[in-house]
Amino acid sequence: MGKLNNCMIKAFCNPPVHIAKRDTLVWWKAWGIRTISVLLALVVCGIITIALTGINPINLYVTMFEGAVGTPRLVWNLLQNTAILLCVSLAVTPAFKMRFWNIGAEGQILIGGLATAVCMIFLGGKIPSALLILISFVASIVAGAIWGVFPAYFKTRFNSNETLFTLMMNYIAIQLVAYFTLEWSVPKGSGTPRTLEYGQLPMLFSQKYLINILIVVLLTVIMYIYLKYSKHGYEISVVGESENTAKYIGINVKEVVLRTMLISGAICGIAGFLLVAGTDHSLKSDTSGGRGFTAIMVSWLAKFNPIFMVLTSLLIVFLEKGASKISEVYRLNSSFSDIITGIIIFFIIGAEFFVNYAIKISKKEKEANV
Amino acid sequence: MKQNIALELKNITKTFGSVVANKNVSLQVRKGEILSILGENGSGKTTLMNMVSGIYYPDSGQMLIDGQEVSISSPKDAFRYKIGMIHQHFKLVDVFSAAENIILGVEEEKKFDMPQYIERIKEITDQYGFELDPYKKIYEMSVSEKQTVEIIKVLFRGADILILDEPTAVLTPQETTKLFKVLRNMRESGKAIIIITHKLHEVLSLSDNVAVLRKGEYIGTVKTSETNETELTEMMVGKKISLNIERSMPKNTCDRLVVDKISCINREGVKLLDNVSFHVRAGEILGVAGIAGSGQRELLEAIAGLQHLTAGRITYIDPKTNQEEDLRDKTPLEIRQMGVRLAFVPEDRLGMGLVGNMDIVDNMMLRSYKKGKSVFLQRKTPKTLAEEVIERLEVATPSVNTPVRRLSGGNVQKILVGREIASAPTVLMAAYPARGLDINSSYTIYNLLNEQKEQGVAVIFVGEDLDVLIELCDRILVIGSGKIAGIVDGRNITKEEIGLLMTKSSEENGEKEVAEDGKTE
Repeated sequence: MGKLNNCMIKAFCNPPVHIAKRDTLVWWKAWGIRTISVLLALVVCGIITIALTGINPINLYVTMFEGAVGTPRLVWNLLQNTAILLCVSLAVTPAFKMRFWNIGAEGQILIGGLATAVCMIFLGGKIPSALLILISFVASIVAGAIWGVFPAYFKTRFNSNETLFTLMMNYIAIQLVAYFTLEWSVPKGSGTPRTLEYGQLPMLFSQKYLINILIVVLLTVIMYIYLKYSKHGYEISVVGESENTAKYIGINVKEVVLRTMLISGAICGIAGFLLVAGTDHSLKSDTSGGRGFTAIMVSWLAKFNPIFMVLTSLLIVFLEKGASKISEVYRLNSSFSDIITGIIIFFIIGAEFFVNYAIKISKKEKEANV
Repeated sequence: MKQNIALELKNITKTFGSVVANKNVSLQVRKGEILSILGENGSGKTTLMNMVSGIYYPDSGQMLIDGQEVSISSPKDAFRYKIGMIHQHFKLVDVFSAAENIILGVEEEKKFDMPQYIERIKEITDQYGFELDPYKKIYEMSVSEKQTVEIIKVLFRGADILILDEPTAVLTPQETTKLFKVLRNMRESGKAIIIITHKLHEVLSLSDNVAVLRKGEYIGTVKTSETNETELTEMMVGKKISLNIERSMPKNTCDRLVVDKISCINREGVKLLDNVSFHVRAGEILGVAGIAGSGQRELLEAIAGLQHLTAGRITYIDPKTNQEEDLRDKTPLEIRQMGVRLAFVPEDRLGMGLVGNMDIVDNMMLRSYKKGKSVFLQRKTPKTLAEEVIERLEVATPSVNTPVRRLSGGNVQKILVGREIASAPTVLMAAYPARGLDINSSYTIYNLLNEQKEQGVAVIFVGEDLDVLIELCDRILVIGSGKIAGIVDGRNITKEEIGLLMTKSSEENGEKEVAEDGKTE
């Protein structure tokens, strides 16, 4: 009896597992954990699918896969969407790395798009197409940069809260675009956005979106080098890690904040340009489609590494496209595809916990014998 | 005898990744005993105690309380077993009063009854001889008062085993004496007390037994009455080391910095520095002594260009040209561009001197990354520098690409001091450079400062250990509430005299200092 009691106390007192922080994992182990978590996510999704709808989950995944990359057209569509999301993610990354919470990418994209649309409408047909593209490209950059640097200026000058400020700037941008959409709609006031004929990005190798994709690939490489090998990138890291250290070594923190937000806004502007001149050939208040917020997740998931962002943005777009196909084919409402996407992302983020921490089995019994 | 043992650890092992923090540590503490846990930095003292107080969970081994095996997997469990830990960094709510902090988190079924709680707090303070005003807000308190609140907090919860992590690190000699008296009272009433420390004379004066850890391993427990400083040091370090600082007479001294009547205020308009004047000479170590937060940080930051001054002048005298440069209200960058080679080892190593998440190479680059016209970084020179510092100062690190936050405190400090010295400074300022460091690393740092002094650098050393200040410095500036309480000769002064100056805050001190300073020149 006493022995039994003792055993029970032991089982109760010594938790069988505990959590310990890991050393840095070898890369293949880390990616192994991530792969396993995706597979697990698919299993869980499968169980939930059967429980809720009775659909064979294998069919569901096939549909999902087909919805994302079933036809060449869909593949191009996927790549194009990935490119735009990646572009916005690249834009927010320097700001976030600097611990400047720029959640105003949405507005900065729209303003970039608006600037592009203005050029396309007012200069369209009056100057050669190549020149028009160049001018609208520059205009989008300038507009995005201004929209981005505005909250940064107030932050450095009056120490205002950049999170609220950038967020509010989104609504201003949305309303501005909404107004002009109505103003330019054909027929006027109907709300049907005008198709912008002049100044569209040309097709490359008869592929509509190739030029968009190439621009973003180039931006990715530049951003990677900028953050990792340039003095500016170094300053961004120092300011982000510790403003005190930055001051101590004589970095002009205000200058870095302003400069970085200029860049962040400018790249958002480019995203707006790519959307208006390269993809939609029109402007609506939902042109940015929430990418300004999704991009934050892409950036964090990739730990601010532009190369990893290619993967994370691809993943997110893939899930989005696949999930929407599911609801379409199986006539499920969109919340079901949201559930599936949610579970998968949850598992992917959860994998990071297991990359950083190990679950260890307590070795109590062994010691007790000694 | 057996039932007298309050806490016993058997074969405790804890690893973090590949680092073994504690390996097969076994020790015991009795009721009515003060046990010191002594060990170098990174020897696993704090980790061990964090396991006892439920912050970490051991990989293997047993813990026995009153002879019963227990499992402590959270601080709540620790409280259940009447274990209370007072951490090095206080965990108090600033805007609450002492009493509110003490009762915070106490779960009792009874109705909330403040007067009754205060009554109980008073009982505790009377029993052990604490001095505390339970209504005083934390933000109005001195460090030592805050510590008192922390101790009463765990006593209030009925702790019978108290663990104090480096309790004297932030106290003046007088406050330390007071603390020790209280601890002895607690011992008399049968509490088991464990203090984590690396100060040998405290170990000897306070504790009954000393348990020594070295590199995570348990070396042994000795009776304090049967040991001495040399033996303990040997146990701790594993080899004989001499604890002497060789202070050479200053040679070729000349004024390098002249600080003239500077004052500065904080955001609330409180004077942090008040009419402070002194000279810093080349080839000399100027010590700065004072109670923590008396303006030492502001003083150094003012010279480094990080503190806006409301009055006064800071003049730098160039060693080559003898030209005078005004440093007041210049930014650190402007100061460097003027050719003033000012090295500054700030108090907050990872929050100011270094960037914790960056690797050693990138941290070496902090001072020099801007050199050259290229927009790209050049990592070759910093890498060589990192390797040199690692080799010369014996920094224990897996590689130059290890983030500095993964290094132990002593190694972090070596990286920082190594970088600052590498710039061949003419003025070297160091704020608490040995804080939290073990004996070996501390003496490495002191020797480096001495080396710099002999090379003709003007060294300013802000310290807290008065014994060290007296041994190391040529002159000692004592600061109290932002005012200079006196500048004394480091060779003919006692610890008590400095302690007295530190706590004395009379108006005429400022006048007296000028006279004395004038005399020494």
